[in-house]
Amino acid sequence: MLEVVDIHKRFTPDKAVLQGVSLALAREEIVCLLGPSGCGKSTLLRIIAGLERADHGQVRLEGVEIGNLPAHRRGIGLMFQDYALFPHLDVAANVEYGLRMQGMPPAQRRARVAEMLALVNLTEYAARAVDDLSGGEQQRVALARTLAPNPLLLLLDEPVANLDRLLREELVSELRRILKALHVTTLFVTHDQEEAFALADRIAVMRAGRIEQVDAPPQLYRRPVNTFVAAFLGFRNLLPITVDAHAGHTVRTAAGVFTLPDARPAQLDPTARLLIPPDAAVLDVQSPGPTYTPLTGCVVGATFRGSVFQLEVEPVESEATSRLRFEFRNRGRVRLPQIGERIALWLDSAQMSVVDGA
Amino acid sequence: MRRFLTVALFALPMLFLALFYVYPLLAIFRVSFSGPRPEVGAQAVATLVSPTFWSLLWFTTWQAALSTVLTVIAGLPLAYIFARFDFPGKSILHALLTIPFVMPTVVVATAFMALIGRNGVLNTGLQALLVLDAPPIQLEQTIWLILIVHVFYNIAIIIRTVGGFWGNLGPQFNESAAMLGAAPWQVFRTVTLPLLLPSITAAGLLVFLFCFTSFGVVLILGGLRFATIEVEIYRQAVSYFNLPLAAFLSIVQLLLTFTVMVIYTRMQARLSRSLRQRQRGLSRVPANWRQWTLVAGALFVTGVGLLMPLVALVVRSFTLGDQGPTLLYYQALGENPRQSAFFAPPVTAIANSLLYALATLAISLPLGVIGAYMLAQPRSRWAAIFDPLLLLPLGTSAVTLGFGYIVAMGPLRASPWLAPIAHSLIALPFVVRTFLPALRALDRRLREAAATLGAGPLQSWWTVDAPLLLRAGLISAAFAFAISLGEFGATLLIARPDRPTMPMVIYQALSRPGLIHYGQALAMSTILMAVTAAALIAIERFRLPGEEEF
Repeated sequence: MLEVVDIHKRFTPDKAVLQGVSLALAREEIVCLLGPSGCGKSTLLRIIAGLERADHGQVRLEGVEIGNLPAHRRGIGLMFQDYALFPHLDVAANVEYGLRMQGMPPAQRRARVAEMLALVNLTEYAARAVDDLSGGEQQRVALARTLAPNPLLLLLDEPVANLDRLLREELVSELRRILKALHVTTLFVTHDQEEAFALADRIAVMRAGRIEQVDAPPQLYRRPVNTFVAAFLGFRNLLPITVDAHAGHTVRTAAGVFTLPDARPAQLDPTARLLIPPDAAVLDVQSPGPTYTPLTGCVVGATFRGSVFQLEVEPVESEATSRLRFEFRNRGRVRLPQIGERIALWLDSAQMSVVDGA
Repeated sequence: MRRFLTVALFALPMLFLALFYVYPLLAIFRVSFSGPRPEVGAQAVATLVSPTFWSLLWFTTWQAALSTVLTVIAGLPLAYIFARFDFPGKSILHALLTIPFVMPTVVVATAFMALIGRNGVLNTGLQALLVLDAPPIQLEQTIWLILIVHVFYNIAIIIRTVGGFWGNLGPQFNESAAMLGAAPWQVFRTVTLPLLLPSITAAGLLVFLFCFTSFGVVLILGGLRFATIEVEIYRQAVSYFNLPLAAFLSIVQLLLTFTVMVIYTRMQARLSRSLRQRQRGLSRVPANWRQWTLVAGALFVTGVGLLMPLVALVVRSFTLGDQGPTLLYYQALGENPRQSAFFAPPVTAIANSLLYALATLAISLPLGVIGAYMLAQPRSRWAAIFDPLLLLPLGTSAVTLGFGYIVAMGPLRASPWLAPIAHSLIALPFVVRTFLPALRALDRRLREAAATLGAGPLQSWWTVDAPLLLRAGLISAAFAFAISLGEFGATLLIARPDRPTMPMVIYQALSRPGLIHYGQALAMSTILMAVTAAALIAIERFRLPGEEEF
């Protein structure tokens, strides 16, 4: 559907924004470009949209090279981060704009506008001025306007970044429902991994102008390819592997010796780390299973977060100081472990993995 | 006691306005209803039915409308370039743009005659170059010369207002239109132009207002063929001494300009509302040779267009006919061959002008600062009354004001203070508008911070307020100074002939026949230009970023 091949872009001679990015989207797929600010994800989006030119590389849509087409002739829709609703037009006229540019007859235009407004639940808002809308309403108008001309490909630039937290979660699932219902192929950009997980079929993690990993959200979460991706996904427990236990399945770290389900190469990269997910620990349980290893730790930090609570733990039998962060379901608990308290944990090595250095 | 003092202080600008603005206008009303015929309003009726009145009104309106359209057409591309591109020399060019706006009308009119008049630099140059018998550019005594000067005068308003607005308009609207399938020209027509329209209308109204009340330009360049209402008021009052007719014309003009003024203020309010979401500056360096050519070409035309008349003026003032360089005109300024009783040596005229300008500073600056403090009071009842009142002099023509002084001031008519008072009234809106943003920007927390650091009230005013207001003070001083130096319409009516100002001397010299008189006008214009330019450089040096109101 969309193929991006070996895109290079630099704005100044000494600063390369994109250095050979390739990516392909299947029909009706929702793909996310995830990365920290400045990684080039927005630039890639603008190159696909036709608002920037790549220095090198190809953009193909339905097999047709479009790298030299101006933006207005690509048939791609782009929803801007700040929505860019036209302040001199009302809601309906904003949605109608793209249809007018297509030269669609007025009667059809009206019908399509009504259809789009119904889709985003804004039918009564047709005659409103866009300045009078709330952030969430503006976002829905922007979506309706972008989808109205029936674009071949939909691009979303940080689609919910301008909204507050509660609204964001609601709109992300709403957005996914609409996109799936309309069978729209979508590429979107975000720096928020939760948003990416919730909305995307596949996620491409970008870093400094390159794509580090492309995977479906569960696979990505389960197997980050390197410590950069792991850290960006929010993993904190990345432990140096102090002794390379050659058994292939066994690694030694400050938190103990673990036997992993997957064999690793005998010669480990010295920058490789053991990743222990925050939910890989259980508390207050007697011998939970064969893959679990006991760990006695000293609590150095405790944070209550509603349905879960987080503990920062320093392993007791460790020469190197290393802190591990774990998250536990709250389950009606009224008292958190106190700082300085010793606790007994079980760590599930089945959830652990070794990731390469970045 | 303190409250009483405040009220007394705030009453000062009100009193000034009442005495020197409202009262003279009321006097004009009174005069318009008196006259040779005893019936009340007879003059008005007689004038209203006369075809000359309607053709006067018609000419005034269409020349102003045409001037406005031409100014907008010429100004929009430059506004675009100033808004979208960064290039070397941009700030200098921006400063150059203020020149025509503050240059005295007599100087500009004289400069254009020196450039494209029958014996102007361009004509003599082209004649020599192409070996022609007659001058190729025949614009003198045509409407075109007036229109060109009006464009020259007002183009800065369009560039600054629309350009400032355009610069704040983010690229996301254009980009999002393009993403929705709009070709570049469709983007301009359906998005850019509608978004710019309020600013174009506001700036256009102001240009229309200035052209509608154009006086010096039409008086000097229009000869006997063309007259705006403003020029006709002057002629009726001074040449024919038909005060009732002059009064009636003044009232008609007042009504029309006030209407335009009201619409303009509405537009301004809407403009500041739509500018709510300010964007960061979005200008960038031209990206390719096509953009560079565009920018360079436009700037060349602007620079040449702005500077050529002024350069031609200087060159001509040092050139004797076709005989080469001379200082004769400057020497002639001091001579009085006909022993005219009204003769004033140039040094006297320069001294008069400077004295008037200083007096204008002394009056308008304190009053303007008090007025600005009054308007800056949060939720002040005073502000609501005073705000529109303070803008009114901007919409009142100078000749009307001068005429009002003639009919209202009685024995005070001969007072040398009258001219600086009129100048102060004209300068007052500028002073207030320059001070107001600076005052509003003064953060109360800064003073509070100073207090917590141990500064007493006086110390904190002196160490926090004063330095921050200093710049606004210097700018408004320079504005008031330049306005007073160049003021022509009111001065012509009220200044005493034995105390002429520089613009008056220029006009007198222009209205006399002969090369030497013309030369005197050139020389005096050059001097006036130099003095005004000095004031202007001061304005640009201290201009605060983001102040584009005038």
